[in-house]
Amino acid sequence: MGNLNDYKNIWVFIETECGKAKNVGYELLSVAKPLAQQKGCPLVAVVIGKDIEGVAKDAICYGADSAIIVDGPEYEYYTTDAFAKALTGLVEKYKPETLMLGATNNGRDLGPRVSCRLKTGLTADCTAIDIDEETGNIAWTRPTFGGNLMAVIMCPGHRPQMGTVRPGVFKKPAYEKSRTGEVIREEIHTAEEEIRTMLKERVNEVAEAVNLEEAEIIVSGGRGMGSAENFKLLEELAAELGATVGCSRAAVDAGWMPHAHQVGQSGKTVAPKLYFAVGISGAIQHLAGIAGSDTIIAVNKDPDAPIFEVADYGIVGNLNEVVPALIEAFKARKA
Amino acid sequence: MNICVCMKQVPDTNEIKVDPVTHTLVRAGVPSIVNSFDTYAQEVGVRLKEKSGGKLIVLSMGPEQAKEAVKSCLAVGADAGYLISSRSFGGSDTLATSYILSQAIRAVEEKEGLKFDLILCGKQATDGDTAQVGPEIAEHLDLPQITYALDILEENGEILVKREYDAGYDMISTKLPAVITVVKLPYEPRYPTIKSKMAAKKKEIPVLTEADLPSIDLTLCGLNGSPTRVKKTFTPVREKNGVKLEGMEPTDAAKEVVKLLDDAKLL
Repeated sequence: MGNLNDYKNIWVFIETECGKAKNVGYELLSVAKPLAQQKGCPLVAVVIGKDIEGVAKDAICYGADSAIIVDGPEYEYYTTDAFAKALTGLVEKYKPETLMLGATNNGRDLGPRVSCRLKTGLTADCTAIDIDEETGNIAWTRPTFGGNLMAVIMCPGHRPQMGTVRPGVFKKPAYEKSRTGEVIREEIHTAEEEIRTMLKERVNEVAEAVNLEEAEIIVSGGRGMGSAENFKLLEELAAELGATVGCSRAAVDAGWMPHAHQVGQSGKTVAPKLYFAVGISGAIQHLAGIAGSDTIIAVNKDPDAPIFEVADYGIVGNLNEVVPALIEAFKARKA
Repeated sequence: MNICVCMKQVPDTNEIKVDPVTHTLVRAGVPSIVNSFDTYAQEVGVRLKEKSGGKLIVLSMGPEQAKEAVKSCLAVGADAGYLISSRSFGGSDTLATSYILSQAIRAVEEKEGLKFDLILCGKQATDGDTAQVGPEIAEHLDLPQITYALDILEENGEILVKREYDAGYDMISTKLPAVITVVKLPYEPRYPTIKSKMAAKKKEIPVLTEADLPSIDLTLCGLNGSPTRVKKTFTPVREKNGVKLEGMEPTDAAKEVVKLLDDAKLL
């Protein structure tokens, strides 16, 4: 491990695919910035991908002081082997004190692989990050037991301190076009035979990528929707609000919606400003996935449905009547 | 195809309540179950085994009572099961847990006289929710990994994994042996029959301790081998005084909610 004091700087991993950054990387800059200021150390964006110099520059405009990039055709699509090799290589060379990744599927695939290779600690799915006053270590706060308990985790004797952070929990910082910083290009190449998995085919079940994790408004339906047909109603409401359509596990199991739309413990964890739960009773697995929502609006015909316990606004009624009424009311508001 | 399933016994999070006065979790009387994601790993493993032959062995690390969870896997198609249990393993975080499991996987291969082609885990345990142990086992064993599997298909000894992706799924092939973590399946796990339950009940579950793991380094186990420390825990405050509109005409209720959202500057 060497001397802990050899480890400096706060790093934020900016996830990309096909040269495009995921928002969560930029969101991490907003939580990492005050920590770097408190520590008096630079905030460094780390970008691995293909044709990503623009992403590195954007990261600087979003608040990073500098960026390190690993650019190559083998990083166009995510593979565990190539990304773990590149990221571990960078950490070993530069020795950051703290490394944050977005808690996306790929971030949660890469994080443990890298922390295990470095024999350091990783805290998953954080919702708050602070500096422990007593020790100066990072204090990572995360939900556990399906959101029933919060735990504060530290990694006192190992570096870097690593954590994944949920998308949508922190706001993307302001883009300052005038900001400049150094972009360091590191040559780390991964040979084809080192990559043991291969992407054979990407199947799009929905016309556009369902980006529930970054959605500001989500309109979700559950078992109470009754049919695939009824989801058209929700799509109409979503279109009116510029929202993304989600659903509960029951709606996927019934074959009404593809899994890509699923919110909850076996689906996506979301953190929108507004979450509409329509015909969703509110099983704990679903509630675990929506706990980060600012405001929850529930529509359900059962006045005792557990969803009303967490809803800020609830309407007890038949969704076939209430949803069209909501669409009309939102239309009227616009007019 | 020989398959290892790593399984965890967890408290049923559906049954966990928060004490309204002390704001702590009430764990007494909460039933223990097989982690739901692990039941998917087990089911897809059994299906692969039934198709291609070979053995499916379940490993679980935990206290003595986790033998019950191992037995419930034997009742739905596992050929054998082991419990990994020792005082020296207590207090392990994910790095130490995955190290011990990786050592146990090697020891069981030796004992059973086979090599695993696939090591399957659930995406995450529903108590810790970290999703780290699977990838860390893969790293300790230097194996390829595929996480967030929605299905695992086998054709002529080749493995193809349907992996969750924002707009649908990716089809990913992997060299074997490999570690795969499962999030969900297109079918439900099977139920035990009375006969299979009875048979599983009678089986002995061997316990592996450090004495059975010849190359284990105890400094990498338990609290000593764990880089992370839990500083404190607390229950999230959920003080919602939500507005519930009941018995209103749908149009009036809808208008009222839109007005309330507007007043609260939420739109």
